[in-house]
Amino acid sequence: MSAELPAAVSQPADLVRAGGGYDAPPPARRTRLRVWKVIREQPMATFGAVVLLLVILVAIFAPALAPYDPREKVGDVYQPPDSSHWLGLDDGGVDMVSLLMYGARVSLIVGFAAAAVAMLVGGAVGVLSGYFGGKTDTVLMRITDYFLVIPDVPLMIVVAAIWGKSLKNIILIIGLIYWTSTARLIRSQVKSIRERVYVKRARALGAGNSRLIFKHVMPQVAPLLIANTVLMMAIAIFAETALAFLGLGDPQKISWGLLIENAFARQAISLDAWWAIVPPGVCVAVLILACTMLGTALEDSLNPRLRVGHLSVKRFRLRPLVGRMDAE
Amino acid sequence: MRGSDYIIKRTAFAVVTVFVAITLNFIIFRAAPGDAVTGERCRNCTKEFKANLRKELGLDKSKWEQYVIYIKQLAHGDLGYSFEDKQPVAPQLWGPLKNTLPMLALGTAFSIVFGILTGVIAAWRRGTFWDRSSVLVGLGFYSLPTQWLGLMLIFFVAPMLSLPSSGISDPFLEFTDPGWWPALIDRLKHMVLPSATIGLVIYGEYTLIVRSAMLETLGEDYILTARAKGLATWTIVRKHALRNSMLPITTLIFLSLGYIVGGAILIESVFNYPGIGLLTYDAVFAKDYPIMQGAFLVLTVSVIFANYVADLLYFRLDPRITE
Repeated sequence: MSAELPAAVSQPADLVRAGGGYDAPPPARRTRLRVWKVIREQPMATFGAVVLLLVILVAIFAPALAPYDPREKVGDVYQPPDSSHWLGLDDGGVDMVSLLMYGARVSLIVGFAAAAVAMLVGGAVGVLSGYFGGKTDTVLMRITDYFLVIPDVPLMIVVAAIWGKSLKNIILIIGLIYWTSTARLIRSQVKSIRERVYVKRARALGAGNSRLIFKHVMPQVAPLLIANTVLMMAIAIFAETALAFLGLGDPQKISWGLLIENAFARQAISLDAWWAIVPPGVCVAVLILACTMLGTALEDSLNPRLRVGHLSVKRFRLRPLVGRMDAE
Repeated sequence: MRGSDYIIKRTAFAVVTVFVAITLNFIIFRAAPGDAVTGERCRNCTKEFKANLRKELGLDKSKWEQYVIYIKQLAHGDLGYSFEDKQPVAPQLWGPLKNTLPMLALGTAFSIVFGILTGVIAAWRRGTFWDRSSVLVGLGFYSLPTQWLGLMLIFFVAPMLSLPSSGISDPFLEFTDPGWWPALIDRLKHMVLPSATIGLVIYGEYTLIVRSAMLETLGEDYILTARAKGLATWTIVRKHALRNSMLPITTLIFLSLGYIVGGAILIESVFNYPGIGLLTYDAVFAKDYPIMQGAFLVLTVSVIFANYVADLLYFRLDPRITE
């Protein structure tokens, strides 16, 4: 009896192997290796990862790196750049380089935290909707559809204007508005994973819903969710600058968006003080670009729904517009 | 599904979405802690005055009754009265909306035309210099904060081309009472920079979207078949790939309308362009809730309506819907 058992158990696994490796879940280590490979081999992903890492380091070590205190008046209003102040001074006579370094902190915090909120809500909705299907799916996707159609910036403005100006509110508002695309992406993934043989087998062996979700579905979706979070960070940072520009940011917290708003409101343009207004925008743009490039590259490589292009000379693997495609 | 079923379904969705937007509008403004009478708005008011004002504004009733009254007022086109000048909100929204629409339409048209052009070329010439540079340019514009791009145009482009960078018309010109032609030229000149800003920002997104959609279609088996039949590349791109890609492209363009409307608020505050966006911006500063509520409703309903039009357009574009 004990001699026969291993053979009996190994049989289905052999069948699966013979029937195509597609159905076997890739081990977590292989996913990690693939992420690393993408970052190393694709120039866009490398650029994104390096810039993101640099900004994170600058944000962490801002107090050590910044040449001046971001609240200290060290010279004239809108003093042009010179050797001691590389990017000149702002409307309060504060060193722009120091302001930019401290500003990275708030912009990154908002980006990370809001993306995390969006990931939690969107991930939960997507997994529940894709896994359970049926009525749950219909109801959740209807709600997602409504949110998708309502314009985001006006909604953010209205909510921010009513809730009041604080960092916590901004993070919540951005996170609670941008979860829809994550939910759609995750839903379409979960729907296909749910139908795979290894999940069905686990269910046949008596695994409950929560075990199936956390042990078998989530690990498969997690890498894609992380890639999506990197993309979401870009959107969150963008939204933060928009809110700050409309005077709805936290006026106590120096962020890149606030720097743009301050310079605009205090006549930097008519005073020809480009150094107060160009650098913060460049910082935001580069950070958003980095997040978008890294996120897209990761999503491309982690998304199993890839096809091959037929018109190119070379053969490229293609990325379907998942999440946005199945809007109807 | 029959064609009429589809239309009924989409109409129902649009109507329900409008209703959701109205309800959301009500919840956001009425569920907020405090109301028009508490807090900064009425710091030195006496108790009786507050009670009277509450009664006048209908705030003493239950939330449900308030909701019903709100819906009834909306049905009559009554959006309440502005806190600032005590005038009805609805007429104040029309003028700005009329200023905003042509500006956004100009920018959007620009970005659709050029976005499709470069997106198709990039997908067709995948992996070449053209592809890489148009993706980079697209990503670049996509990454720029809208308001900052507007400021940069004011800073560097406006003086170069001697374009006006603020307002909607030349106040001196108005006094001289010119003919309609110089007035129109003046309007257009004021429209160039705001339109260019929104156009460039969404141009980046459209290029990337069109490229992905085209690439995906190029991966279909019928493209391989067409190629095997020996059809010219241009015919395949135009007749087989682009026509089929137009479906997702149309959807995504209409889905991005919400984003365009949001961009309008930022752009109009940069260029001081008296549209619905600037109205919203000013209302936020003045804490004029009825105006904010009205502007939000108008913006939301126009986006929902545009999406509804897209659904009907889809019906014409895609015969499979009725199958």
